[in-house]
Amino acid sequence: MDSVFLYSGLYLAFLMIFPLYRALRGPTVVDRMLGVNAIGSKTVVLLILIGLIFNRVDMFVDIALAYAMLNFIAVLAASRYFHKRKGLYDELQ
Amino acid sequence: MHTKGFLLDTKEHKNFNLSPSPAPIEADSSAPSRKGNRLNFYPFAFTFIIMFGIWILLSGKFDPFHLTLGLISCAIVSYLSSDLLFPSLKIRGFFGQWLRFIKYIPWLMIQIMKANLHVLYLTFHPRMMELIDPKIVRFRSRLKSDLALVTFANSITLTPGTITVDVSIHGDFRVHAIDKASGDPLPGEMEERIARAFGET
Amino acid sequence: MDIIVCLFLFAGLFFFTGGSVGILRFPDFYSRLHPAGKLATLGSFSAIAALALFNLHQFSLAALLTSVKILLLVVFVFLTSPTATHAIVDAGVRAGLTPWTKGEKRR
Repeated sequence: MDSVFLYSGLYLAFLMIFPLYRALRGPTVVDRMLGVNAIGSKTVVLLILIGLIFNRVDMFVDIALAYAMLNFIAVLAASRYFHKRKGLYDELQ
Repeated sequence: MHTKGFLLDTKEHKNFNLSPSPAPIEADSSAPSRKGNRLNFYPFAFTFIIMFGIWILLSGKFDPFHLTLGLISCAIVSYLSSDLLFPSLKIRGFFGQWLRFIKYIPWLMIQIMKANLHVLYLTFHPRMMELIDPKIVRFRSRLKSDLALVTFANSITLTPGTITVDVSIHGDFRVHAIDKASGDPLPGEMEERIARAFGET
Repeated sequence: MDIIVCLFLFAGLFFFTGGSVGILRFPDFYSRLHPAGKLATLGSFSAIAALALFNLHQFSLAALLTSVKILLLVVFVFLTSPTATHAIVDAGVRAGLTPWTKGEKRR
């Protein structure tokens, strides 16, 4: 069962490349935020997988909860910041 | 009536100098009046019970020291923010409403499954660009309370091919639908079910 | 037991794959939010539920507490994922991005 979790974690880490591409190359700022949010939702699952591999789920669950909250607050703060059309039009031209 | 209650809240909060909170989620005209500094007992008690349950869940230690710490911090938190979680608490019909809301969840899960399979089909379809036809749909909902509107907006975002773009306090929705078939049946059955769950038939 | 766990885990990974590929393939920002918001939610749900189930293998009070915590994570994801999606789409609308319509070029 451990190897299943190990390869699932590796596969999840591989999947993070696609949103990372969107975060780096995205045509607008909101695309980048979208990519970062997608990476965060995969990281939560990856953290619990790591906890199961190392047999310390009780500790890693707390880290995953804190990470989920941090990800949510980061997305909210970034989207509030760009409410004022700051820098959004520069990239479209 | 609705917007009036929402505007009045700032004044109420000055009298109620315990809470540095923004306007509550649900500003109902039938909200219990907060006169002076007297704390409403039932919102405080319910918030305290929920907070303490989460404390026990997250700490997982049952020795007296940690339990006392939890009691003190839960009391402080629920004293400061008891009006955030239950802004208008009517004891009668309260548990009934939660039961009806829980009954709504399984139907929502089935809809979420359908939505995901639909988006998955679109994603892996080789000629995806010809299948999708995004457009913005506008409609007016007849739901009244803020909590029902928030639930409706979140449910729209989670279910078939639609994302809520904008909601006003009067219930005007703007929804981005990914193809024609998913945008047309709005508001439809989901609104009826939410209206039933929140007792607004 | 293990078979059920594997089934749920692979279903979650499959949904995650769909979400990642969809973020690359869809033509514009608004339609990219559909796979990002929905498939990530259901993918997290089924993968995390599988892990919570696996955690109950050696049944004890501590394991039960951990499993309930993991399920709390599911509730949290279900509450916050639509809200985050809505915050991003709101920023996009205020910036004046127009939705992609049929026949246009991919952005």
